[in-house]
Amino acid sequence: MGKVSIEGTPKTPTVNFDPENAVMELKGRSIPENSIEFYKPVVDALDDYSKAPKDATSVNIQLEYFNTSSSKCILDLFKKLESIHKSGKEVVINWHYEEDDEDMLEAGEDYQAIIKVPFKMIEVEG
Amino acid sequence: MTFMSFDIYSFYKKMEHNDVMLSFKGNVTSNMLDSMLHIMESKLDDLGEPNKVKKKVYNILVECLQNLYHHRDEMKRPGKDEDSAAVFMIGKTADDYNIITGNYIKNNRIDKLKRRIDQVNSLDKDGLKQLYKEVLNDPTRSEKGGGGLGIIDIARKSGRKLGYDFMQVDADHSFFSLYIKIPQLV
Repeated sequence: MGKVSIEGTPKTPTVNFDPENAVMELKGRSIPENSIEFYKPVVDALDDYSKAPKDATSVNIQLEYFNTSSSKCILDLFKKLESIHKSGKEVVINWHYEEDDEDMLEAGEDYQAIIKVPFKMIEVEG
Repeated sequence: MTFMSFDIYSFYKKMEHNDVMLSFKGNVTSNMLDSMLHIMESKLDDLGEPNKVKKKVYNILVECLQNLYHHRDEMKRPGKDEDSAAVFMIGKTADDYNIITGNYIKNNRIDKLKRRIDQVNSLDKDGLKQLYKEVLNDPTRSEKGGGGLGIIDIARKSGRKLGYDFMQVDADHSFFSLYIKIPQLV
């Protein structure tokens, strides 16, 4: 229950959330005009999950582009993960960035500075 | 000027001289925005730009165009044709990409916008990073769009000061232009 599976489009990312296996994945582009609407089902599912989270949750973010409107929604997701982490469960955010994409690496570091959850910065080939 | 006397040749020369890659005047709808991003993406691919430059230009374009999109209702002048809403232009010189956007704005909104741009222009790289994090993490800023993050993000990614101008057109409205320079540093 609470599974989310959204196929990616040129403006919105592929989203997979499998609460059974405690894995979330965000992949592709996130540049919709209305990000709040797009991310609502994801935020809601994570909210549900946070009531009875698994011992270890792993989140993979592999975005090519994201707009500032999405950045707020991604922060909302991370805040929910932070509260799960605070409750004593293990959470890790794997932030992928293409080699020499300093802007994407910096964006990951910005979240890392705000959110008290362990981040892993993972360089991938462009 | 009437349409038939429009000098298309000098218009062409002007575009060529400024290396204009794409220009647009009209109402920025969601479909229009998609089309422009699509055109620019294939143009950037054709130019064989390094991934890094391509991503930077594309990212800044998204923010600029979505800024125009989100504020489209505020840009209309009463009694004026609504498709006079905005103008957008992107060009490439030897060293830089240049983006210019223009739109009507209510005079009572100028101060706030001007303050934000001046603030962004007064900050260095670290200052912008700090401001970005503050605004991102401020729960009271949840207006449509990025809640004021757009301008900060554009300045951060371009690494250059933003140029701007407000030209008063009537008692209540001005025309706001924003000039963005993106160096092709590799």
